[in-house]
Amino acid sequence: MLTNDDLKNIATQVRRDLLRMIHAVNSGHPGGSLGCTDVITCLYFSAMEHDPKFNMDGKDEDIFFLSNGHLSAAWYSVLARSGYFPVSELASFRKLNTRLQGHPTPAEHIPGVRMASGSLGQGMSNAIGTALAKKLNKDTHLVYSLHGDGELQEGQIWEAVMYAAAKKVDNLISIIDCNGKQIDGPVDEVLSLGDLHAKFTAFGWKVLEMNGNNIPEVIDMLKIAKANTCKGQPIVILMKTEMGFGVDFMMGTHKWHGVAPNNQQLADALAQLPVTLGDY
Amino acid sequence: MRTYQKIGEKDTRSGFGEALLELGRNNSNVVALCADLIGSLKMDAFVKEFPNRFFQVGIAEANMIGIAAGLTIGGKIPFTGTFANFSTGRVYDQIRQCVAYSNKNVKICASHAGITLGEDGATHQIMEDIGLMKMLPNMVVINPCDFNQTKAATMAIAEHVGPVYLRFGRPKVPVFIPEDEPFVIGKALQLTEGKDVSIFATGHLVWKALEAVHILKEKGIEAELINIHTIKPLDNEAILNSVAKTHCVVTAEEHMMNGGLGDSIAQLLARKLPTPLEMVAVDDKFGESGTPDELMTKFGLDTVNVVEAVLKVIGRR
Repeated sequence: MLTNDDLKNIATQVRRDLLRMIHAVNSGHPGGSLGCTDVITCLYFSAMEHDPKFNMDGKDEDIFFLSNGHLSAAWYSVLARSGYFPVSELASFRKLNTRLQGHPTPAEHIPGVRMASGSLGQGMSNAIGTALAKKLNKDTHLVYSLHGDGELQEGQIWEAVMYAAAKKVDNLISIIDCNGKQIDGPVDEVLSLGDLHAKFTAFGWKVLEMNGNNIPEVIDMLKIAKANTCKGQPIVILMKTEMGFGVDFMMGTHKWHGVAPNNQQLADALAQLPVTLGDY
Repeated sequence: MRTYQKIGEKDTRSGFGEALLELGRNNSNVVALCADLIGSLKMDAFVKEFPNRFFQVGIAEANMIGIAAGLTIGGKIPFTGTFANFSTGRVYDQIRQCVAYSNKNVKICASHAGITLGEDGATHQIMEDIGLMKMLPNMVVINPCDFNQTKAATMAIAEHVGPVYLRFGRPKVPVFIPEDEPFVIGKALQLTEGKDVSIFATGHLVWKALEAVHILKEKGIEAELINIHTIKPLDNEAILNSVAKTHCVVTAEEHMMNGGLGDSIAQLLARKLPTPLEMVAVDDKFGESGTPDELMTKFGLDTVNVVEAVLKVIGRR
């Protein structure tokens, strides 16, 4: 059983990994990846029952869908650090012939990835499908999905939100990364989502909230979410995060959504994130 | 070889419905999804017998495709059902990312394809769907020609592991493929033998082409009619063998010229065996309201159009 300090150390290493991966190819999405590093780490190293000896069907395992696929660097690092594939493979991120495509895909047979994502708004539907398959298979494990808040502007999300509540898909925990930022600026300015808590409640979901950059709180809330499954309602966690969390100059702005750090910026960032597990 | 003649009249979508029920009974992993068109897709019997393996998603096709893709994780074989327009154009990106690129075992089953949808008009009459689907890597594209072939195709795609687009229609049309005719994905079915012209037809145009073959025979023209039910992967060998003998080609389909069967065959022949070719298909225009028969005539998809195309292409040989 990992302690909160252990989890924090893993998350720090994941942040180092993803910044180095993005820097190496001068492309990728550091802002949201840094913001969601803690929750992805907590899912794979604490909350989820899963097997790094990957099989596509994932029977008798919890299953995770990254709907906001541009957070690939963070997910790849967590998968590698969980034992799905060699950590050294992180160096191939976004390079020609890599299994670690810019956005995740099972097409290159990378262990841990079951569905392509990148074109936004689709992962909740996928998660519902897998949750339904689990019910048919009498598999009591859970399905998790992670979404950006800007992603909720896609109409398909609301088709899925309506379906999950109406059909009582109660083995599903969807997490919304509420960092309030998207490419063109603050979500409230681009296209405000209004009162998300009220919206999910009105659709019939059990709504929880947490600070996604506080590991003890994330661990506790994931436990509470799990305890609320199988009660006739899907669960959503509205997760406040800070885009760029862990690197002071990347926080508080949307500018680091899809921009790679240069050499000096990488050095400044890594100085704030000490090596904990060893670099790839 | 076998003689193919009319043995009844039924809609192709009923062949899909019957097969789906049979699949439900034979394979507990087969599940079905529908976007508020159970009756139109002839899914009623499956829904009644297997309520736990049926998912009514409402009028939300994007979500349906996404759920279907998710259901494959855990070993299910999902069959989605809605009109061809809402099965393809409306959900192209969902199919592209979650079904084709992710290479999921989803069967996209589309009824009311083409102009024979009839009175509802152009908003519902998609004639671009074969093109849309065949451009996607990993996707198999099938357009059966009658009730029995649709039933056989539905059974066959359950055995194929990977994404499939199965396209069928609304109206009652002649049944002429015997019930026991084997259906092999990607394998053309020769209906008549002839030396003067090769006719490659798919879907509802196969019967029209068969009628045309009889008319041509009276004119002393021996036409070889080959049913291409699988547009992708195309049976290159059957096509090239026939064309090597006849040296001229007519293609016939209820689809746009752009992106359809004729377009696939023209590509193949241009590269391997350049040959005069005429297409019976819709030439870059939207449909309109009318009865299926009226529309087939107005849009040049009738028996007479196949005959005319044959006479024209023989003249070019």
